Amino acid sequence: MTNLAPNEKYTNSAIRPGEPDPYPQKPVGEYITDVVSNNWVNDEYKLMVLKAPEKALTAYAGQFFHLLCPSPDGAEVWMRRPMSVYNVDKSAGQIEFLYKCEGRGTKGMGTLEAGDTFNVSGPLGIGFNLDPAWKNIVVLGRGVGLATLAPLSLMAAENGVGVTAILSARKTELVMSEDLFKGIGAATIKVVDTDGSSDVSNVEKILEGLILNGKADAFFTCGSSRLLKLMQTLGKSHGVPGQVAMEQIMVCGFGACYVCMRTFEVDGAQTLRRVCREGPVFNMQEAVGW
Amino acid sequence: MVDLSVKIGDVICQNPIQPASGAFSWEYNDVIDLNRLGALVAKTICREPRLGNPTPRMAETEAGIIQSIGLPGKGIDYFVENIVPEYARFKPPLVVSVSSESIEDFAALSRELSVPDVDVIECNISCPTRNTSGGNFALQEEHTKEVMTAIREATDKPVWAKLSPNAGDIVSIAVAAEEAGADALVIANTFLSLKIRTDNFRPALGNKFGGMVSPALKPIVLRMVYQVAKEVNIPIIGVGGVTKAEDVVEYMLAGAHAVGIGYAGFRNPTALTTIIDDLEIWCDERGIERVTDLIGAVKDDDMEMDPLVAASHGV
Repeated sequence: MTNLAPNEKYTNSAIRPGEPDPYPQKPVGEYITDVVSNNWVNDEYKLMVLKAPEKALTAYAGQFFHLLCPSPDGAEVWMRRPMSVYNVDKSAGQIEFLYKCEGRGTKGMGTLEAGDTFNVSGPLGIGFNLDPAWKNIVVLGRGVGLATLAPLSLMAAENGVGVTAILSARKTELVMSEDLFKGIGAATIKVVDTDGSSDVSNVEKILEGLILNGKADAFFTCGSSRLLKLMQTLGKSHGVPGQVAMEQIMVCGFGACYVCMRTFEVDGAQTLRRVCREGPVFNMQEAVGW
Repeated sequence: MVDLSVKIGDVICQNPIQPASGAFSWEYNDVIDLNRLGALVAKTICREPRLGNPTPRMAETEAGIIQSIGLPGKGIDYFVENIVPEYARFKPPLVVSVSSESIEDFAALSRELSVPDVDVIECNISCPTRNTSGGNFALQEEHTKEVMTAIREATDKPVWAKLSPNAGDIVSIAVAAEEAGADALVIANTFLSLKIRTDNFRPALGNKFGGMVSPALKPIVLRMVYQVAKEVNIPIIGVGGVTKAEDVVEYMLAGAHAVGIGYAGFRNPTALTTIIDDLEIWCDERGIERVTDLIGAVKDDDMEMDPLVAASHGV
């Protein structure tokens, strides 16, 4: 606790810069982190690097943080924004987010500079898991969805699992993280709208080729309902298991408010699940597209 | 050091801070120590399993969020068997919240919820999204009286009536609830709201209407608490827009015994316990020995006025 009278300098009773995590024994924290850098990686995406406490560094691929984004426009941003972790650098004590400056939250996030502070809560949710029986996996992501699949590919490489990454985007300049995927030894296949290679029919051919060549023990996807459906269909007919990372408008992040619901089909019956608590990574075959 | 404990009827709370129903669940134990809260308040339960409302369930507006969840849950039997034990692991009193569309079922549910681990039954007679006319049984005195009378007869547990800010005259509703035997009043539920998207001309929420949640509502709900506190003799839990210790003080000065917090816990997961810490500091710095000394302590009977203005008072 500080000795400041409440509200002397702050407009609400919230954790303040310089205050330690009040509950170090709890798995999830609310922290005020320091922005190390926040730079553009292309015309649309930025990479934010945060100095984060030890508990935040336990985040693994597919988990997310709930970000209290500053306002980009003077009006209030009322709710946190969920964002999957792009990279955890344990030795440097840093976590990274790769994001598209699109809505008010991410635009506000884009205004932060090195030296600023940023309130984040996490790590939250259930991320990807790798079955030890899988020797080769295929990750298929479009746009910013690749930011979620990058740490999974890293995790796979660290466990000696081969990765084929199919990177889909509107145009070549917006293909994300190709260097990162190449750096971990993944085979990368770029598909873009401008030459038609990102068409579902072409991606389907690529996936079928990978299945035939024994490169697809499991499928992973994020960022496109169209590509999810494709992987579901192929996965079902060829017996390839899979996982999908999903998004939804979110409020609490802990499973309390039941705002972030998505539909799933389990044993022929439809049900709703919380993206924040039962996910954000789900069994691909049970997900119903959005 | 200040004594933060309050008694709401026979229920002893170690401090006046409790979560608002719907905005909280035992899963918050992942981030804060639930044993520090004044009470634990479960999400409203109904008899039948409910999926809830269509998505999107939340939209941001200029001055807060609107949300329409639709009381999702696995039904009363699952709740008593599986959810109540999740809360029973913690020390603070457990308030369960219940909703129904019929008076008979409201009473039956209250009876079924009267199990040893339950300390209080909050009667959510005011869910704004259960039907589109605003609240269920909290818009007209006779409805409030009927349902609270039936619930009172069905259980020996303390019953708290959660009122609607959408009622035309909340004071008369509050008096009706007290006369029917409510042990305390929770003021208030969310404000019925609407947002229309100008990009596609569609309502922003899947359920069309939602309840508004925002610090902007605090002065309005505070006014309701103040007015009701003048007319009833049972404790009030003020719910609406609390984000800091001073807000708790304000509600208590207006006559509340405790506050319920929703939005602040969404924005800052550690907010509830930080507000408890801050309230303690606030009281200690001012030499307040018991937080209960604040209840109804607003100084409104000797308002100092400029003589000329005083001369026109009451005109």
